[in-house]
Amino acid sequence: MGLYESSKRRRVAAAITLASLLALPWLITALDQGFYISFASRVLIFALAATSLNLVIGFGGMISFGHAAFFGTGAYCVAVLAESGIVSAALAWPLTMALTALLALLIGAISLRTRGVYFIMITLAFAQMVFYLVVSLKAWGGDDGLSLVRRSIFGGLDLKDDTTFYFVVLAILALVLVALDRLAHSRFGRVIQSIRENETRMEALGYPVFAYKLVCFVIGGALAGLAGALLVNQSGLASPNLLHWMQSGTLMVMIVLGGVGSVYGGVVGAVLLLLGEEILAEWVPHWPIGLGVLLLAVVLWAPLGIAGLFGWGRSRE
Amino acid sequence: MNECRTTLLEVSDVSKHFGGIYALNAASLEIQTGEVHALIGPNGAGKTTLIHVLSGTMLPDAGRVVFAGKDLVRRQMHERVALGLARSYQITNLFPRLTVLDNVTLAVQGRVRDWGSSFSFWRPFSVDSAIISEAYDFLGQVALTGVAGRRAGQLSHGEQRCLEVALVLATKPKLLLLDEPMAGMGPEESARMVELIESLARRVTMLLVEHDMDAVFRLADRISVLVSGSVIATGEPAAIRADSEVRRAYLGDIE
Amino acid sequence: MTQLILEQALNGLQFGLMLFLLAAGLTLVFGIMDMINLAHGSLYMAGAYLAAAATQASNSFVVGIGAAMLATAILGALLEITLLRRLYARNHLAQVLATFALILIANEAVRMIWGAQPVPLNAPDALSGPVNIAGFFYPAYRLLIIGVGALVAVLLYVLVTHTRLGMWVRAGASNREMTEALGINVRLLFTIVFAFGAALCALAGAMLGPLLAVQAGMGESILILAFVVIVIGGIGSIRGALVGSLLVGIVDTLGRAALPSLLSLFLSPEVASNFGPALASVLIYLLMAAILFWRPEGLFPARA
Repeated sequence: MGLYESSKRRRVAAAITLASLLALPWLITALDQGFYISFASRVLIFALAATSLNLVIGFGGMISFGHAAFFGTGAYCVAVLAESGIVSAALAWPLTMALTALLALLIGAISLRTRGVYFIMITLAFAQMVFYLVVSLKAWGGDDGLSLVRRSIFGGLDLKDDTTFYFVVLAILALVLVALDRLAHSRFGRVIQSIRENETRMEALGYPVFAYKLVCFVIGGALAGLAGALLVNQSGLASPNLLHWMQSGTLMVMIVLGGVGSVYGGVVGAVLLLLGEEILAEWVPHWPIGLGVLLLAVVLWAPLGIAGLFGWGRSRE
Repeated sequence: MNECRTTLLEVSDVSKHFGGIYALNAASLEIQTGEVHALIGPNGAGKTTLIHVLSGTMLPDAGRVVFAGKDLVRRQMHERVALGLARSYQITNLFPRLTVLDNVTLAVQGRVRDWGSSFSFWRPFSVDSAIISEAYDFLGQVALTGVAGRRAGQLSHGEQRCLEVALVLATKPKLLLLDEPMAGMGPEESARMVELIESLARRVTMLLVEHDMDAVFRLADRISVLVSGSVIATGEPAAIRADSEVRRAYLGDIE
Repeated sequence: MTQLILEQALNGLQFGLMLFLLAAGLTLVFGIMDMINLAHGSLYMAGAYLAAAATQASNSFVVGIGAAMLATAILGALLEITLLRRLYARNHLAQVLATFALILIANEAVRMIWGAQPVPLNAPDALSGPVNIAGFFYPAYRLLIIGVGALVAVLLYVLVTHTRLGMWVRAGASNREMTEALGINVRLLFTIVFAFGAALCALAGAMLGPLLAVQAGMGESILILAFVVIVIGGIGSIRGALVGSLLVGIVDTLGRAALPSLLSLFLSPEVASNFGPALASVLIYLLMAAILFWRPEGLFPARA
């Protein structure tokens, strides 16, 4: 990988995808498959979560194995705020992002003092800490999780309506992707990608590497918190599963399937995995084995991700 | 060489030991603004350790390092670079998957005092044309303009060494630490590097650590000799060549 | 009260020693091969299941453990030769993903073979009661675990510090290139270390089986604790793994037992009963964070 370059082809593909996603609710209604609108929202939310992790791993080169901590905290935060009467998205969602950003700042400030396998294990351990902390709090439902008493209200829009909610999610994801594309080509984006390529040399060129990595980690955490805030609105439940380390692993699987260090990698991976699961889990007995084998094959033979195999991930060298 | 000179870097009584072995033993060194100062010494004399201590990757056990009037010992590497002390690497240490031009623009962009910080998230870098044209200037100085679009990893060894120098130059250092710039080069490439360093000598103060004695005696204004962790002599090339202690301790090995 | 604290301290020691069996193999793999292996917990799970199956077939707990250790060692060696070997040269992300895939496969395979319900694995009847140590009663089986754990810890220490194999392993952990330069067959060394680590996993899985549930996914929670141990102790250090294990085992067990009542001394009972368990559950992570803050390389860094 060099520095990320978005090709014209990729932008056209993104525009076409966006247009078809805008038309999706009508298609689903026409086919009388209303349930799938909510499922589509779920896929887009996971795409956002995976994209936030791709910023940290793919662009920043920090192999965080604790991203679920921010995703899950986001979900719990919205549920807890809703319980205390704060259902306005304009208030609850930014608050949630601020909180997960703060959490990422704390975890990052300690974890980023270390490197390599240490960093992987420490982020995993901190995420596990958050998991146990939340599960042990009876007030937040313990193992059962915390139900969302009411979906957020987004300005004049009531998100109780699945289609409205879908469009809000789509708009947020599209905005984040545009921002990430801008970021990838900005000074900051060049710096974090170059730190991924050669950290020592960046330090020797006078960059305060730690600060750049920390900021990148915090942005990733805040975006994951936003994804969590959306997910609890989609599912109606802040579940401990969202904080579980398997969730961190699943998000990682998504970006590896979709393409590490590519702006759209998280989206491609989330769609592939969730759609694959939805379709294949019914047909393939013991689906996790199939997924495991697929993942092994991708790691061993297709490091650019499945998307890369077809040439629609990042350009090959 | 007779004008009044100021001290740019002062290393006093720096020691560093690993287990029971002293890699540096009260080493002292003084570099004056504008000179090319060569550091020579047999293998294992502590040259690499001294480079580490100067650039900030190793903490000395004792001693002081003062650069442009500021104590360096507790400062991190990136702070030292910001103060104007930059190093090149003995083993080529570039961004091999980035283009040659991107390698240099990163170095230019890193100069916070000129361009501001890189905490800019929205504005595309491609509009920073001043940075890019300055990067071309530095590529010109090391004669690499023609390969600006190639990936750094695809350059020849000699070209990579030149790019290495361009990266350090682009940080606009007051003092350039060149760690064996001729390492692994053939005679032709070495000659090119000597020319390059000579062309820079008028503008930048340099500490040159090098094994190639012909190059050292041709380039250096002054030479310090490091043996067993201590500087045993400092002087102009002719004086060093004549110094009997140096001959016994070091030059005698080769000749 | 003293009785309770003593009992909990022994429980902590017992848990810490079992944790050490996992952490010892893991820290060597990390240290020597610079490889992150998430599937280590799956070997622990495999050991527990194999022990349950072998115990049932042979009617002997000892035979069950022995068979499980042997079979898991072979499984580990096969895994190393066929797959993990190809990952040493890859980046950490590839290692995480590939071994994460192994966890998915292992957990589902176990569900396929043994079903989703926990499998019974019982300690021998003779050890089911408590023993009386000078008026203090403690379960005999837990005492056995402490004995076995301590014995293995000593053997491992001797093996690593006083034998040629151990010397190579230590050399490999501190400087891989140097070890290769000395002409040691590093590939074979890796396979041996891996198989050995797998056998220790199986021992821990089999010994803890009667106390915890033998079920799919049992490997992961203990794996993450083993990570905490290694981070605290320093990667590649057996001594660090031992100290870290005991620290984590004892702090975690004592914290859970004592913290709620300790907090109720100066907090209202309601707050204490709510926050006591919460604080206890994160105590070891706070310990880890504190140690990392002061010593980012862990307590006993193997690489100077």
